[in-house]
Amino acid sequence: MNTLQELLAFWQLQAGKLGQQTVQHIGLTAASLLLGVAVGVPLGLLLTRRPRLAPWVLGAAGVLQTIPSIALLGFLIPAMGIGPVPAIFALFLYALLPIVRNTVTGIRGVDAGVVEAARGLGFTDGQLLRRVELPLALPVLLAGIRTAAVINVGVATLAAYVAAGGLGEFIFGGIALNNPVMILAGAIPAAALALVFDAALGGVQRLAGRKRRSVGFGLLLVLPLLATLYLLPRATGRLQAGFSPEFVGRADGLPGLTHTYGLRRLPSVVLAPALVYEAARNANVDVIDGYSTDGRIKAYNLQVLHDDRRVFPPYYAAPVVRPGLLSAHPELRAVFGKLAGQLSDSVMTELNYHVDYLHEEPKTVALNFLRRRGLWREPRPLPAGAATVKLGSKIFAEQYILAEMYAGLIRGYTDLDVQTKTGLGGTTICFEALRSGAIDMYPEYTGTGLLVLLQPAPSVVDSLGGDAGAVLRYVRAGFQRRYNLEWLAPLGFNNTYALLMRRQQAAQLGIASISDLGAYLRQ
Amino acid sequence: MSDSQPIIRVRGLGKHYGPHAVVQGVSFDLMAGETLVLLGPSGCGKTTLLKTLNRLVEPDSGTVEVQGQDVRAQRPEELRRGIGYVIQQVGLLPHLTVSENVAVVPKLLGHPATKVAARTEALLTRLHLPPARYANQYPRKLSGGQQQRVGLARALAADPPIVLLDEPFGALDPITRADIRREFRELDELRLKTVVLVTHDVTEAFELADRIMLLDSGQVQQLGTPRELLFQPANDFVRRFFEAERLTLQLRTLTLDDLLKDLAESPGHVSIPYSQSKESIITSNATVQEALKLLSTPSATPHLSSVLWIQPVASEAAQATNRATDGSEIIIEEALIPVTLPALMAAFGLAVQRLQRP
Repeated sequence: MNTLQELLAFWQLQAGKLGQQTVQHIGLTAASLLLGVAVGVPLGLLLTRRPRLAPWVLGAAGVLQTIPSIALLGFLIPAMGIGPVPAIFALFLYALLPIVRNTVTGIRGVDAGVVEAARGLGFTDGQLLRRVELPLALPVLLAGIRTAAVINVGVATLAAYVAAGGLGEFIFGGIALNNPVMILAGAIPAAALALVFDAALGGVQRLAGRKRRSVGFGLLLVLPLLATLYLLPRATGRLQAGFSPEFVGRADGLPGLTHTYGLRRLPSVVLAPALVYEAARNANVDVIDGYSTDGRIKAYNLQVLHDDRRVFPPYYAAPVVRPGLLSAHPELRAVFGKLAGQLSDSVMTELNYHVDYLHEEPKTVALNFLRRRGLWREPRPLPAGAATVKLGSKIFAEQYILAEMYAGLIRGYTDLDVQTKTGLGGTTICFEALRSGAIDMYPEYTGTGLLVLLQPAPSVVDSLGGDAGAVLRYVRAGFQRRYNLEWLAPLGFNNTYALLMRRQQAAQLGIASISDLGAYLRQ
Repeated sequence: MSDSQPIIRVRGLGKHYGPHAVVQGVSFDLMAGETLVLLGPSGCGKTTLLKTLNRLVEPDSGTVEVQGQDVRAQRPEELRRGIGYVIQQVGLLPHLTVSENVAVVPKLLGHPATKVAARTEALLTRLHLPPARYANQYPRKLSGGQQQRVGLARALAADPPIVLLDEPFGALDPITRADIRREFRELDELRLKTVVLVTHDVTEAFELADRIMLLDSGQVQQLGTPRELLFQPANDFVRRFFEAERLTLQLRTLTLDDLLKDLAESPGHVSIPYSQSKESIITSNATVQEALKLLSTPSATPHLSSVLWIQPVASEAAQATNRATDGSEIIIEEALIPVTLPALMAAFGLAVQRLQRP
């Protein structure tokens, strides 16, 4: 009951978006279906005339059908970029098999006696096709189009991942935010659309012969009209944004940003988190969300817009350690402290770039960094019975690099042995490992400590605002009190949400901060 | 009719499927208005031969001329539109009504709509499918016999001079088949046409054919009138092919004219009540079977000496003028020949013996 009310409230609130997404969804489905019919029916007819080709073509279409839709979109992106083109093309490929197969089956199913009689009466090949075979195969052909339509309504939800819009925007936003109401807000209209397409085509199928033919061919005229729905003028602005679903839905993401900076007239599309950087690089969009130390910022020559009003919560990285470790080996505090403030955003981005894009070993990258900073020392020989420090890390490049830096420092400056337990699944796993003593230290981010681990009341979060120092003080106190764990001095970089633009464009437009962006959009 | 030239001329026709010869060295001429039956066991090549006439099958060798023109000189569709075609499966277009099916070829030929409609209506009426009831029906609502009548109407709609029929009655039950065959034989439309009909049914062939071409393994075994095939078989195959039904075929083929020589009685003048003339007078061109049927019909006074009067066809014209109806009786002045059942059978036996003598 509660869910229903929330759902209705959500729809009411997002009525404009819901309408737009539904129209886009219908447009995507109709456009791909139209292509499917335009290519699939002639192809099917060709196969009935050249039966030797049939197993090859149907086999190929069958193989296409088995490619998972998300993978198919993935294959298409390098060739077609993002946006409606790869989405419609992928949907078209999925529509092909049912349409081709049913065309072949339908034509082959026409009574041989009828065909022979018609030929004997003097029908030309074309007349035979138009006046005998196609009308008689129409019910089977329509069934194929119907199947394709229902498949495509479903698969079209994935179009949201490549910035082609549709009801998938709500669905994937909901999944990213773990928000069932938002998922339902997209899934229910999508299911309803599938039912409507199915019922409409089913109705055509059930019509009596003559009517069915006229309506069936009329349908071919309606499809392009529906397809053009997709081309309805959409909101346009001086810049185009592409955001990941989570960013669009989170309170500290786009909503907060819009509110604080007044980012009006910034039309945005939604796409898969993995694709936003590509989209910005290929100039499909101009403004994206991302993480401020991601290696692709350097790789794709992007620029982080300065969050001058501190909307994004601070995510400063700092080692979190078990107090027992420091009391047993007091020399470690100084060792850990050697990295404090050493890594700026751009430095960390550079290091990530080496690992993520140049595919260098995290250890190599970490030790090279230490060398450059003059922090590197030859590992000391281990005395017998040396104690072991267990370092943990989460499962992405930045954390691997940090763990290797700490390991290198400990080996160079102490007589302790080091064991790294890198690649621990996520925040919760690292945190629990630390509490249980499975590891002694791992790098954590202040925002994560606040929002994921301590989870204070919203009013507390609001009172901290975006103040990095205040957040650090809060988590440090909270961890001490609640878990008896210690946050050491931050490393210097802030791996938080960020708005990114292509460096060249940003320079051209004179945009360095999000305030600049807002001002530019308001001009 | 500009006769003397055959409407269909086939020379040295051959067709192979792979190494298998389906039709070999077939030649024949067909005159306008003739009905030729292609007869033979399954796989003898008769259907293939038929289909070479409207180019549904292209022969490997030989020529086919229709109305003096090589069929290869014409576009196949145009050739076919000028030749009626009926097949065993009927092949009515299931998405068109009965009248639309009949009108298919005239429409392909671009005949004016009003003319087509009138023609369709007339044909349906003639084939016992009242248009008011059947014109707007879809084929699946019709019985097999009705469907085949529509198929026939469709083949005749554009009034083609030639009609090809491929086992048209093959899929029908025996009773329907006999009915439709009778209608078919009595259809004026068809009498004027050149007809080529394929069948494996011997009775059907004898009933409908002017000439029969008996085929085996793609080769012509004999081409001739039913009487020639029956009484002067060209080879053992022909003889054996008719063995099982020889007596029935003889009864159907021989006419009373054939028997006149063997009947002992001489013509005489008799008077017969008008009311009885139908049952007791038969023309001499009737078959023996028909006479036998009249003589053996159960009557009020069954008797071996019941008499049937044969009226020689040669004298028909003269006799007609002499026939005067004044109400109750007619005096037939012409010579009528009386025949009883035993006399008929005896004469039939003698005639068969005489005709079969080599």
